[in-house]
Amino acid sequence: MTTLQSQPNHAGDAHGADGAHDGAHGSAEHAKYPFLQHHFDTPHHQFDSAKLGMWLFLATEVLFFGGLFVAYAVLRNRFPEVFSYSSHYLDTIMGGINTCVLILSSLTMALAVRFAQTNRRIGLIICLILTFMGAIGFMVIKYFEYSHKIHDNLVWGTTFYVPPHDAAGELEAKELSVAPTTSITLNPVNPAVFAVPTLAQTPAVDASAIKQASRAPVGLATPTQMAKAEGLPTGEHDPSFAHPATHLVDKKMPANSHVFFAIYYAMTGLHGVHVLAGMVVIAWLLKRAIRGDFSSDYFTPVDVGGLYWHIVDLIWIFLFPLFYLIH
Amino acid sequence: MSNTATISHDTGGKTPGAHPIVGHLVPTWLLVFVGTSLLMLTVITVAVRYIDIGEFNIVVALGVALVKATLVCLFFMHLRWDRSFNTLVFVVSVVLVLLMMAFLIMDTNQYRDTQFDGNAPNAESTLQANAPGAPVARFKPYSP
Repeated sequence: MTTLQSQPNHAGDAHGADGAHDGAHGSAEHAKYPFLQHHFDTPHHQFDSAKLGMWLFLATEVLFFGGLFVAYAVLRNRFPEVFSYSSHYLDTIMGGINTCVLILSSLTMALAVRFAQTNRRIGLIICLILTFMGAIGFMVIKYFEYSHKIHDNLVWGTTFYVPPHDAAGELEAKELSVAPTTSITLNPVNPAVFAVPTLAQTPAVDASAIKQASRAPVGLATPTQMAKAEGLPTGEHDPSFAHPATHLVDKKMPANSHVFFAIYYAMTGLHGVHVLAGMVVIAWLLKRAIRGDFSSDYFTPVDVGGLYWHIVDLIWIFLFPLFYLIH
Repeated sequence: MSNTATISHDTGGKTPGAHPIVGHLVPTWLLVFVGTSLLMLTVITVAVRYIDIGEFNIVVALGVALVKATLVCLFFMHLRWDRSFNTLVFVVSVVLVLLMMAFLIMDTNQYRDTQFDGNAPNAESTLQANAPGAPVARFKPYSP
């Protein structure tokens, strides 16, 4: 229905395919609408093309974030205990406030589009400013969340286990990460078997001398796996068991807990980058709105910029339950 | 739906309250209503987090998120009145992500038994990790 209604000018066009740009009707449209690009016939043509282009871009954004959502699903499927334990380190109230801030800024953006459509310039400017302030509020709350976690060593990778000031620990971790390669040589008995370790060779580094806390992220097997291989207690079913190679502060944290924080920073970080990009878009729209570029005839930038801002909100709507609302 | 019937060029397109020549004008009350619904759904989903209903916790959390996402798409993003091809483009991208997710989870579950935790797939058959001196680091409990 909308498809038919939004192309009334095409139905009335008398000119053929070759005269699409030079026909009398086309010139009249271009004279009437100064914003109409020469390669579009009518404002509808231009508007629909812009919208389709934006939706195609949003589809690539979904696929972009989709890779990380898939990584999240695989990791959560693999380490369910890590996710249910570590999610309690996230502040649900702060995350909830951030959700509300984003929803409100989405609402002001939708209102901004409406104000632009109805020629209300002051309303448009106020709504764009409110949307921009929502983005700032979101980033400020995110900053406090991040800095709190970084202070508590709840980060990705090696620092999760070794505090940054523990230079010796870091050094040992680096040593171990190169150690296994030195013990792997070609098997002289059967050269066809590539890179098989010489089994009787003494390891280049006496691994037992290395502090456990610095080994987990760089070693080949997890502490639980190593403990199992040695027939030692792993504490898998004992909640009071202090794992020898887990987080430095919280010893009850399950092994591999750093993967939760790795995917948390990857997903919320990429989302944060999108919020920053959205702020640039809103600032640009604000500049043009103040200049008086938009009217009920021409508001396409506000509309497609709004679409971008809404998808940033949409991504957060899913990030929030996936990280903050695990019971 | 009569967005093209009220083309008002004689006003120069600058009169407050003029109707847009393209797109759809969503009523203010509807936008505010949708925004309020989104906020209330957020409060509900946060409250459910503190109740233990087992497996249903994640079902409720993701169900509410899905409803919220649908509201945003339909009303804030104008998909309700937009060309249906735009909806198709968007839905296809979401379906592709779900497809990839389903196959990757099936795949990782399939190979789970052949993996050492944290090692490359089939590491034990290639490297004989249980052999003495193998590159899997040996373990000793940490005693401070």
